[in-house]
Amino acid sequence: MIACLGAFAVVAVLTPLLTRLMGRRVFAILALLPAAVFVLLLTWLPGVLAGEPVVESVPWIPALDIALSFRVDALALLLALIVTGIGALVLLYCMHYFADDEPALGRFAALLLAFAGVMFGLVTADDVFILFTFWEATSVLSYLLIGHYTGRKESRGAALQALTVTTLGGLAMLVGLVLLVAAGGTSSLSELVANPVDGVAGAWGIALVLVGAISKSALVPFHFWLPAAMAAPTPVSAYLHAAAMVKAGVYLVARLAPGYADLTVWHPIVITLGVLTMLVGGWRALRQYDLKLLLAYGTVSQLGFLVLVTGFGTRDAALAGVALLVAHALFKAALFLVVGIVDHAAGTRDWRKLSGLGRRMPVITVIAIVAAASMAGVPPLFGFVAKEAVFAAFLDAVAQGDQWAWIALVGAVLGSVLTVAYTVRFVWGAFATKADAAPTPLHGEGRAIIAAPGLLAAASLVFAFAVPLVEPLLAAYADELPGPHEFHLALWHGLAPALAVSAAVFTFGALLVWGRQRVARLQASITPVLDSARGYLGVVSVVDRLAAAVTTAIQHRGLPGYLAIIVAVFIGGLGVASVMNTTWPDGVRLWDYPAQPFLALVMAVAGIAAATVRQRLTAVLLVGVTGYGLVLLFGMSGAPDLALTQALVETVVVVVFVLVLRRLPQRIAQRNPPVHKLARGIIGALAGVVMAVIGLVAIGARIQPTIADGLPALALEAHGKNIVNVMLVDIRAWDTLGEISVLVAVATGVASLIFVSGRTGGAPRLEDLGDDVEPVDRRERLRPVPEPASSIRAPRTSLANTEGETDAAADAAGTRQTWLLAGRTLSPRNRSILIEVLVRLLFHPAIVVSVFLLFAGHNAPGGGFAGGLLAGLALVARYLAGGRYELGEAAPVDAGRLLGTGLLLAAGTAAAPLLFGGAPLESAWFETDVPVLGTLSIGTSTLFDLGVYLVVVGLVLDILRALGGEVDRQEEQAGDETGELDGDVDDLEQGEGPEIAERPEHVDAELETPLTGAGRAGETRT
Amino acid sequence: MTASLTLVVLMAVLFGAGISIMLERSLTRVLIGFLLVGNAVNILIYLMSGAPGTAPILGEGLDPDEISDPLPQVFVLTSIVINLGITAFMLALVYRSWWLAQLGEKGDLVDDEAEDLEDAEEAADLIRSSAADDAAIQELLDASDEEVPR
Repeated sequence: MIACLGAFAVVAVLTPLLTRLMGRRVFAILALLPAAVFVLLLTWLPGVLAGEPVVESVPWIPALDIALSFRVDALALLLALIVTGIGALVLLYCMHYFADDEPALGRFAALLLAFAGVMFGLVTADDVFILFTFWEATSVLSYLLIGHYTGRKESRGAALQALTVTTLGGLAMLVGLVLLVAAGGTSSLSELVANPVDGVAGAWGIALVLVGAISKSALVPFHFWLPAAMAAPTPVSAYLHAAAMVKAGVYLVARLAPGYADLTVWHPIVITLGVLTMLVGGWRALRQYDLKLLLAYGTVSQLGFLVLVTGFGTRDAALAGVALLVAHALFKAALFLVVGIVDHAAGTRDWRKLSGLGRRMPVITVIAIVAAASMAGVPPLFGFVAKEAVFAAFLDAVAQGDQWAWIALVGAVLGSVLTVAYTVRFVWGAFATKADAAPTPLHGEGRAIIAAPGLLAAASLVFAFAVPLVEPLLAAYADELPGPHEFHLALWHGLAPALAVSAAVFTFGALLVWGRQRVARLQASITPVLDSARGYLGVVSVVDRLAAAVTTAIQHRGLPGYLAIIVAVFIGGLGVASVMNTTWPDGVRLWDYPAQPFLALVMAVAGIAAATVRQRLTAVLLVGVTGYGLVLLFGMSGAPDLALTQALVETVVVVVFVLVLRRLPQRIAQRNPPVHKLARGIIGALAGVVMAVIGLVAIGARIQPTIADGLPALALEAHGKNIVNVMLVDIRAWDTLGEISVLVAVATGVASLIFVSGRTGGAPRLEDLGDDVEPVDRRERLRPVPEPASSIRAPRTSLANTEGETDAAADAAGTRQTWLLAGRTLSPRNRSILIEVLVRLLFHPAIVVSVFLLFAGHNAPGGGFAGGLLAGLALVARYLAGGRYELGEAAPVDAGRLLGTGLLLAAGTAAAPLLFGGAPLESAWFETDVPVLGTLSIGTSTLFDLGVYLVVVGLVLDILRALGGEVDRQEEQAGDETGELDGDVDDLEQGEGPEIAERPEHVDAELETPLTGAGRAGETRT
Repeated sequence: MTASLTLVVLMAVLFGAGISIMLERSLTRVLIGFLLVGNAVNILIYLMSGAPGTAPILGEGLDPDEISDPLPQVFVLTSIVINLGITAFMLALVYRSWWLAQLGEKGDLVDDEAEDLEDAEEAADLIRSSAADDAAIQELLDASDEEVPR
C-alpha cells in the first residue's frame, strides 16, 4: 500500500511535465495507475474474504505511538475498489472532456491524480492520525480542484466555502480522535472498533468524530457547501463530490458502527440528521433548473440516506448500506458524466433551454435512463436491490419494536418518494422534447467520451444480476454487526413487505410528478426557516469584519502605536504576575562598592538625557556614556572580559552611528507625535518599574546554589583558566556557534541593504580609481610612497622663474613621503597629518595585540570576540584617517569570504569530532613550551575561537565598507547629481572621497549633451 | 541571593528611558531607545550573578569560592556582540529607507496616517472581495431554484 501511495505521489509530481509534452492525452497514462491498483486490489480479494486483512506498518513517530499503518479489510477493500475503479474511468473521461488548450491542465491533472492517491490512503489507513492526515489532504485537494477556474468569483467562493466547512469539521474530528486515542490507549482504528471506548470520553469522542463525518459528507446543517462545489469542472463533481470524497464521512460511520452504534449519542445524531438531510436534499433537488445542481442536491439527499442506513447499527442495515454505497457510486458518477457531455454539446445545463436531446443523443439518453432508474430504485437495477434491502432491514427492525426504526423507515420512504420525483424531473428535463422550446442546437462530441458513463451504467445493470458475486464482500463487512445472517441481497425476494413499500414509493412519486405545478407553488410559498448557507455567510462576514477591526485597532498609528500596545501588554501582564508573586530576595544591598552609586548616577542621568535631548548626535554620545559606564561597572566587579568587549563594542557603535547620521538631515520635524509625550513618559516609567520588580523577583527565585561551583573544575579540564572564554568556546560552544551565525546573517543584511546590486567584494581598491592615482606595488609597501605635496598643503612657489634653471628646494618641497596608502585620494582640507601618523604607527601593533588577545584568551581576558573587535577597530581607524580606498588597502579581502571562512572553521571544529567517532564539539589539545609565551596549549577550541575572530572582523569590515565607504560613494553621487559637491557634512570628522580627482571628469560628462554627441558622430562619419 | 539596589534602580531607569524614546516616530530615536534598553537588559542579566567577587580567571592562590558567577558573564558577552550587529543592521535599515524612499528633509520619519488609511482600505477590499465571491456562488444557486408558475 505504501508503494502504491508512493507511486501516486511520484506520478502526480511528474504530471505537469508530462502534460506539457502530451497535452490532454496524458490522462490516458494517468488512468493506468488507479487501474493497476484496482487490479492489485482484486488479487487481494480472496484473502480478505477469508478473513485475513492485508496489513502493512512502518514506525513513524514511535514516541507518540504513531505508525504508517495500513489495513485492508472488507470495508476498506470495497471503498478502495470504488476509489480506484471510478478514479480510472473519470481520468479516462477527462481526456475527452478537456481540450489541449485548457488553462492549467497540468495542475488539474496532477491534483486529480493526487486526490485519487490520497483518497486511497484515507480508506486503507489504520492509524487514526494517518487517516486524519489523508482526510485533511482531501479537503485541501478538493479546495484546489473546485477553484480550478481561478478567475471566476463563484469558483473561488465555492472552493473557500467547501474548505472552511470541511476543515471546521476536521478540527472537531481531530479533538474527538485524540479523546478516543487517549482513553482507548491505541491509535489503531481497528483496535478502537474492536475494543470500544465507553464512558464520557467515548461519547464525546464519537460525537466530535461524527461532526467531522457529517461535515465531510455534507449532511444538514453543513450541506450547503456541496451544491456550491458544483462550480468545479464536471469530472471533479463526478469523482470527488459524488463517488469518492463525500463518501469519506459515510465510510467513517460504517467503520465505527460495529463498535459504537449502541452508544446513546449515536442514534440521535446519525438517524435524525440522516433523515433530515435526505428530505432537505430531495426537496431542494425537486425545484432545480440546473441539471448539475439537481444532481448535487440529489447527492446531498442520498448521502443522508447512506449515513442513515450504514449508521443504523444492525447487520441487515449495514449490508443494505454498503450495497447502496456501491449503487450510488455507480449511478451518480455516471449521471454527472452524462451532464458533462450534455453541457459540452448544448452549452447549457438549464433544462428550460434543452429540448429534443433524447432523439438526437440516443446512446447518452439510454445510459442516463439506466443510471437514473437505478437511482430511483427501479428493477432490475442494482439501486433497486439495495433499496429493497434497506426497506427489508428497517421493516425487520420495526417488527422488533425499535423506536428509531420507525423514524428511519418513514424518513427513507419519504426520501425515496422525492428521489423518484426528481429522477423523473432530471430525465424529462434533460432529454424530453418540450413543446414551448425550440430544439437545442448541438455541436458534435466524440463517441469515445461515452465509454466511462456507459461502463458505469452497465455495471448498475450487471451487478443486479451478479448479486451472488458481489454479495460476499459486502457481507464480510456487514457480519461484523450484530444480527442474524439470514438475509441476502436479491433481485426477487418474492412478495415480501419490502416490495409493497417500493410499490407505494413509486405510486407517491408518480403523484408528485403528476401534480408538479402544485408542488412547485407549495415549494415557493415555504420560506426556509433556517437557511444554513446564509447563516454561514453571516458568520463568515462577521468574522472577517472582526478580524479586520481588531487588526486595524491594534496596529494603529504605525510602529510607535503598535510598540506602545506591546509595551502596555508587557506592563499589564508581567505587572500583574509580579504583584501576585511570593518569592522575594533574601535581602537587598544598597551597593556593592562605594563607587557604584556615583557611576550609576552618571549613567542614569546620561540615559534620561539621551531620551530627552533633541539633537541626535548628542543623544548618541549620551548613550555612549551609559555604555562606557557599563565598562567601569563590569571592570570593577570581577568581569574583565565583559569590560574589554563592552569598551570595544561601544567605540564601534558610536563610530557607526555617526557614519550614518552624517547623511540624514539634522533637523527632526516632529509634527503631531503619535504617542503623547506625557503618555510616553508614563509608559516608560511603568515599564521601568515592572522591570525592576522582575529583576528582584528573578533574584529571589534563585534559591539553589549556583552551578558556578562546578565550573572551575570543568575549565581546567578544558585546559583553560579563563572560565568565561572556556565556556564560550568549549562548554557552551553551541551557543556561540549560533551567535556567530547570527552575526554572519546580520553582516550580510547590512551589506545587502546598502549595496543595491550585490554584496560580494571588499572595500574599493586604489586600482579602481583608474589613472589618477597610481596603484602601489605590494612588494614596495614597506617603503614610503611619494606624493605631491599639494595634496596636503598649497604648492610652494618656485624661486627659479627663469627657464632652464631649477630650484631643488622647491622640487623637494613639491613631494612628500606619505603615511597612508590612499591618503592622496582625500581632499587636502579633510586630511590631518597627525591622525595619519598616529594611525600608521598604531595599526600594526593593534593587529598584533588582537592576535595576542585571540590566543591568550583561554587563560586571560580576551578571546575571539575581543581580538576580532580590536582588529576591527584598527580598520575603523584606517578608514577614518584615509577614506574608503585606505580601507580597501588595509583589508584587501572579500568581507563575505572572511565571514564564510570563520563560520566554516567554527562549524568544522564542531563537526570534525564526528569523523573520529566523538561527539560534536568534543575538544582535543596539543601542548608545547614556547620560550617567550610559556606553555602554549593549542586545542580545537582555539580553532573555534579563530573562527569567531574572523567572523567578527568580517562583520566590522562589512559595516565599514557598507555604512562607511558605500554611503560616502552614494553621497558623492548625489552631490554630483544635484551640483552641490559640499553637502551638510563638513562638521564630521572623517574622510571625503576623491573629489579633486573626479570632479573634472564629471564636469566633462555633464557638458556632453546629446547634441554634441550626435555632432561628433556625424563628424566621424564624414 | 541578594541584589544591589543601585544596579536594580539603574537598570529600571535605563529601561524606562529607552522604552519612552522607542515610542517616537523617528527611527533613529527608536534605535537610541533600543541601545538603552539593550544596556539595561545586560545589567539585568549581570544582576543575576549576585554579589560580585574576583574575576573568574583561575590562577595561583585563587579561591574558587570567591569568583564572580561566570555564567551571566557569558550571556552578557554574547549579547553585547549581538547588540553591535543588530544596531548596525537597524542603522542600515534607517539609511536604506531614507535613501530609497527619498524622504529628503523629512529625515527618518515615516508617515503613518496614510498607512492607516491604506490598511483600512486594504481590509475593506479583502472583505468586499471575499463577500463578492460568496455572493456570486449564492446567486448562481438561487438562480437555479424554480420560480412560481403563474
